[in-house]
Amino acid sequence: MAAADPSLLKRLATGRMAVIGIPYAWLLLFFLLPFLILAKISVSEMENVSFKDLITYKDGLLQLQLKLSNYVFITEDALYYKTYIASLQYAAATTLLCLFIGYPFAYFMARAKASVQPTLLLLVMLPFWTSFLLRVYAWKGLLSEHGWVAEALIGLGLDQVLAGLGAITTPGKLMNTPFSLVLGMTYTYLPFMILPLYGNLAKMDLRLLEAAADLGATPWTAFWKITVPLSMAGIVAGSMLVFIPCVGEFVIPELLGGPETLMIGRVVWDEFFSNNDWPMASAVAVVMILLIIVPLALFNKYQAEAREVAR
Amino acid sequence: MSSPPAKAAAGNAAYLSIQDVVKEFDGYKAVNHVSLDIAKGEIFALLGSSGCGKTTLLRLLAGFDAPTSGRIVLNGTDLADMPPYERPINMMFQSYALFPHLTVWQNIAFGLQRERLPKDQIAQRVEAMLKLVQLGKFAQRKPHQLSGGQQQRVALARSLAKQPQMLLLDEPLGALDKKLREETQIELVNIIEQVGVTCVMVTHDQEEAMTMASRIAIMSEGRFLQVGAPADIYETPATKFVADFIGNVNLLPGTVETDEADHVIIACADCRHYVGHGITGTLGMPVTVALRPEKIHVTRSKPADDFNTAHGTIKELSYFGSFTVYHVELASGLRLKVSQANTVRHKDDELTWGDAVWAHWSRSAHVVLTQ
Repeated sequence: MAAADPSLLKRLATGRMAVIGIPYAWLLLFFLLPFLILAKISVSEMENVSFKDLITYKDGLLQLQLKLSNYVFITEDALYYKTYIASLQYAAATTLLCLFIGYPFAYFMARAKASVQPTLLLLVMLPFWTSFLLRVYAWKGLLSEHGWVAEALIGLGLDQVLAGLGAITTPGKLMNTPFSLVLGMTYTYLPFMILPLYGNLAKMDLRLLEAAADLGATPWTAFWKITVPLSMAGIVAGSMLVFIPCVGEFVIPELLGGPETLMIGRVVWDEFFSNNDWPMASAVAVVMILLIIVPLALFNKYQAEAREVAR
Repeated sequence: MSSPPAKAAAGNAAYLSIQDVVKEFDGYKAVNHVSLDIAKGEIFALLGSSGCGKTTLLRLLAGFDAPTSGRIVLNGTDLADMPPYERPINMMFQSYALFPHLTVWQNIAFGLQRERLPKDQIAQRVEAMLKLVQLGKFAQRKPHQLSGGQQQRVALARSLAKQPQMLLLDEPLGALDKKLREETQIELVNIIEQVGVTCVMVTHDQEEAMTMASRIAIMSEGRFLQVGAPADIYETPATKFVADFIGNVNLLPGTVETDEADHVIIACADCRHYVGHGITGTLGMPVTVALRPEKIHVTRSKPADDFNTAHGTIKELSYFGSFTVYHVELASGLRLKVSQANTVRHKDDELTWGDAVWAHWSRSAHVVLTQ
């Protein structure tokens, strides 16, 4: 490359900063700020319909008042603890199911003839053409008594298996169970798993598999030793895209989960809109966000360190 | 630099035998009825321009593709139904195909681990390979942290680690720059000979083929045009195509004027060739005389011999440092390429553009081509 004009480089750098900076500013404004407001509400005292100020100055006394009772209550009441655990479990189950269904799908899509790949990609995105709410609602009909899917599953005796796994409580009844909830979430979030995996697998250098075969690896070994490790970035990206929204999911548990399956999104909703206890609702939400963000941040740090070591 | 010629002839029994192999892609014969025997310990080069079928043939040997018909036998075993992961053959890939997520050590160990060898044996073998290619210090690096030359050596070590019965090299030096390529050619041959593995390489670079291989096959359109030692192919090309493909050549059309057992005379537009050996041909037959540029001399004075000489003017002159190439235009308009070694630093009477000169060559300089 020819020696670049330094002022041009500078301008390019500024341009790049702007392109990256604008979305960051957006995220800061509409994620971090509301989060801070939420955090503030969670430690505020209610006074009729407004919140007391956190910091007061009276008679030469500067007071910072943080009401931590909501957080204390969350740790004391087993309901919250159980709901958090359940949310994480449902989200984890959904992520694993999406991975097991999505990986082979993305794999064969990426290895399909180049001419059919755009069609396959279109089919994956096809559900987005209908409202998400409508599609989740449709599952209600399919899974309720005399619904097609319910009849088929029961006809095949699969409800016994599901009951054995603890995914439904009584055989013959599929709606409003952990099964219907996880099914709905898996159905909804599957494309978010497939797309990053496909993007990753499609650009893999297939000569590496030939090299592995040449060195004595059977196709099965080559898959586990080469393809899977090299698609780890896609697995991580897809899993996060599924896991994170699933933990806080509200609509699907509301429509398909029924009263038995408590998820934290619904608890937040109830606290806000049924109990009108905003500080409590905020505290529940803050804990949820921390539950997701802290492991994520640690994971990112680990990844960055691993990359640093590799470099 | 090249291997001793004795090696090519050694061990007459074919170690690798390619028997009438055809590979068709959608009706197009990428490899068209090819047969070849390669002796143990030989370094054999498949040379041809892109699309000539050389890489396809290599992939048939590795087992990535199956031949449409024909047999490939290695050391007495028919490879037909053997998948690549069972063949005792390893390949060094073009641009290496090193596993990017594994370290140098793990890359070299990969093949050994597939054999489920005990851990200490694997370690021993990997260490030996690292020593062979002098990369001991880089064992824990990832491929992207290495230079092109180092990656090339890792690829070589990886393909030799399993002690294969046959090593395949796909454009082994194609990804390196010119200077490094020359050094690596010799180093690569030394390592291969040290290990003593039989080797088939594919290249489009004739210098690379000539330097490294004990025998070369010139390929075009899926067929072998000529198989032989580098010097045989260069000095006695069988066809015009081969003569033109390997190195530089002047091709002069002519007819047989005298046909004796010990010599022939061939008449061309600008000169008469006295060829100091007999040919299989008849009087009046049209032939082509091939003359290498370095076998022709140019002088200002007329040479004594009436044969093997032509008069012309220097139209073009390219100075390469160690030698100069003159383009001498003859009376018929044909241009003769002549290359002269620059044996002295500054000649008083240097030939230059527009000079009238005589070109002449010896009675053993020609190759007479009938096809």
